[in-house]
Amino acid sequence: MTKEPSPKKENFVNVFLEEVSRSSLTIIVLAIFTGFLLGGILAAGTTPEIYDAFEVSFGKGISESLKLIWETYSSLLMGSFGNPSKMIAAVASGETKALQAAFKPFLESLVVTTPYIFTGVAVALGFQAGVFNIGAEGQLYMGAIMAAWAGWTFKGLPPIVHVPLALAVGTLTGFVWGFIPGWLKAKTGAHEVINTIMMNYIAFNFSEYLIRGPFEDPETPFKTRFIEESAHLYRFFEGTSLRLHIGLFIALAVAVIIWYILYKTTWGFEFRSVGLNPYASKYAGINSSWVTILALSLSGAISGLAGAVEMLGVNFRQTQALSTGYGFDAIAIALLANNHPLLCIITAILFGFLRHGSRVMQINTGIPIDIISILQAFIIFFIAAPAIIRTIYRLKEPKPANEPV
Amino acid sequence: MSNQIQKKEKIIREKPENLRQVIMGALFLLIALFIGFVFIRTTDTLMTTTFVMTPGGSKATLPDLVFNTRAALIAISALCAILGVYQLIKGFGKATNWILGFVGILLTTSFLAWGAGGGSINVGGMLRVAIMRSVPIVLGAFSGILCERVGVTNIAIEGMMITGALVGSMFGSLFGLWTGVIAAIISGGLTGSIHAMLSIKYKVNQIISGTIINIFTVGLTSYIVTKILQVAEWQYLNQSGFFPSYSIPLLSKIPFLGPIFFSHNMFVYAMYLLVGILTFALFHTRWGLRLRAVGEHPKAADTLGINVFRTRYLVVILGGMMAGFAGSYFSLGSLGYFEQVMSAGRGFIGLAAMIFGKWTPVGSLGAGLLFGFAESLSTNLSILRFPIPAELLLMVPYILTMVILAGVVGRSQGPAATGVPYEKESL
Repeated sequence: MTKEPSPKKENFVNVFLEEVSRSSLTIIVLAIFTGFLLGGILAAGTTPEIYDAFEVSFGKGISESLKLIWETYSSLLMGSFGNPSKMIAAVASGETKALQAAFKPFLESLVVTTPYIFTGVAVALGFQAGVFNIGAEGQLYMGAIMAAWAGWTFKGLPPIVHVPLALAVGTLTGFVWGFIPGWLKAKTGAHEVINTIMMNYIAFNFSEYLIRGPFEDPETPFKTRFIEESAHLYRFFEGTSLRLHIGLFIALAVAVIIWYILYKTTWGFEFRSVGLNPYASKYAGINSSWVTILALSLSGAISGLAGAVEMLGVNFRQTQALSTGYGFDAIAIALLANNHPLLCIITAILFGFLRHGSRVMQINTGIPIDIISILQAFIIFFIAAPAIIRTIYRLKEPKPANEPV
Repeated sequence: MSNQIQKKEKIIREKPENLRQVIMGALFLLIALFIGFVFIRTTDTLMTTTFVMTPGGSKATLPDLVFNTRAALIAISALCAILGVYQLIKGFGKATNWILGFVGILLTTSFLAWGAGGGSINVGGMLRVAIMRSVPIVLGAFSGILCERVGVTNIAIEGMMITGALVGSMFGSLFGLWTGVIAAIISGGLTGSIHAMLSIKYKVNQIISGTIINIFTVGLTSYIVTKILQVAEWQYLNQSGFFPSYSIPLLSKIPFLGPIFFSHNMFVYAMYLLVGILTFALFHTRWGLRLRAVGEHPKAADTLGINVFRTRYLVVILGGMMAGFAGSYFSLGSLGYFEQVMSAGRGFIGLAAMIFGKWTPVGSLGAGLLFGFAESLSTNLSILRFPIPAELLLMVPYILTMVILAGVVGRSQGPAATGVPYEKESL
């Protein structure tokens, strides 16, 4: 009997998950390696000095290129982790100030990692339920600005009330921002990819309006007011330039909670089964449109919380709307983590450190931060099409797994 | 008895249509009431509105249209009410969508008349800008049509456009505008071939593949801008300038309409041409029939000896070239240089235009013009009597996209095999 192709379209997340489950850790490591290699070639290829070196001799060109790639990635690493010799010296001396200075890059990378954990988990949650949330960026934005609003509007509250209140406002805003495309998908079939992107643009323009209009600080144009002291998140090194705040642990908690919901509760089971096969789930009595709405709304809520935490922990005010990129990078974080919330923590750390390190890299080597997006694209490219990696490195085809996931 | 059952069946069958008829009728009446209560109540009896009918770019003009604002609003409101009542009682049937569009135009006109009350607004210029703004959206929709008709979802149009815009600007600066356009088309074709390879050969999920291309192209273009184009000594690479506009003899002399439609640069005329070419190619040639067969039922097409893979490759690359051409409009057709993320979601709006236009070139042109008008409107509204902040107006095209996708105008169905990789069976 021949297999009839199913007339209904297969769920793309399902197909993708299956693809990833077949690829081993080797593939992931090789994908990251190859991504970095190609990124290095690109960096060398766009630097005029390299061409000058090649004009001198081929060997010099190659050595200059290697030197540039080494410098790029070593300053990337130094920027993200810190200088190891400084660290050792600081530990040896035992001085608080020296310690803080030496470990600052590392701790700051953790600050950048925090929103990545949130948004990565948010996008992964959507994927698990079969929806593609590209709107994390806009949800984060709206969450941030509304949390800021709650941060300065309520005055005289004790921090124990004010902080959760502002976080809740941000979360709720993100929830609404995710609910709209979710509801539209469930009720009208409008594709969530296009709608979440449209919601991003609406969020940018709307927050721009708020910043220049009702939320504008009378004293400094194009910026919102500062939030009240009582709405600040607890910082571990108050009084220093280290910004590490309690938000990191909120993010870790959210990742664990989402993992628990997805893998240990009936809700989570329904989420995952709709993601794997919406038709079978429907047949089994699962309300798949409800799952779609809830998944996108929850995903939006987590991204909104990310924005709120960023606002209360790091920024304290919203300046002109510029894309932070946290929401877009989240797609790569979730895909690299195979949409597992706990693995998202690891991949978020990877991207957080890359991002923070890339700032130092740009200053030292003049390679723009945008190379991080290019690296991401390469990495997802190779993970999505492992056959390419297998061809390059002559890996054997793995046996197709009988049981997906 | 059996007659009664038949009647009952008929009612059950027609229920959704009836519901739609009632909803549409109610909507028309609501619009009439809205114009009555919001616009007319806030307008003086003696106030006049001036619609300037000079689109610019040509000497053919119409005299300005000066009218009493309140009287015009009352007339429009009454017309909407009549249409609503007729729709409720009898229904326009298949013409409902056209009537809906007409009521939309009436609402917009009344809004403009009200907003510009006591002053003037250049309607001609606004329509002319609408045509220009619709170019990338319509061409993007064409790219979507080609890809989806052959069975490949293409959400990478945005990325292909931004590539085309950058390449167009760089090559345009170096070797002249036409070379820039050709280079942009080729670069779009290359990005298209990556999408084709990933989604046809490697069977990567097409949404993921599109996202990869979008992330990559946005990253790469921003990288090149920061690393190269912003450096003073390389800035000459990003000064292409743009195509001058050219008034078609005779046609551009038509009063009012001439300058709106026939006094533009090359891109607008290319858009007109492509509508015809694409419609003919898709629906009146053997090539088009084969292409559509591959998109609807690849297995059947394969059985008949059509090479499914080759057709898909070719058409997706062609779609990429179309998107690259659309992208070059941003730099070579309007701004004269490349700016980071200058396509601002037009690729996605193009997809919405494609869906709204039911996967046909003519329909997408109509939808694209609508989006173009929304953009043109949003840039013009700040001069009205009740200024609305520009940031809020910029949201209009995006909201309109969502509303249209949600199917206010009825659901539409795309080609059956879109998004499904084709697997050839081994014997």
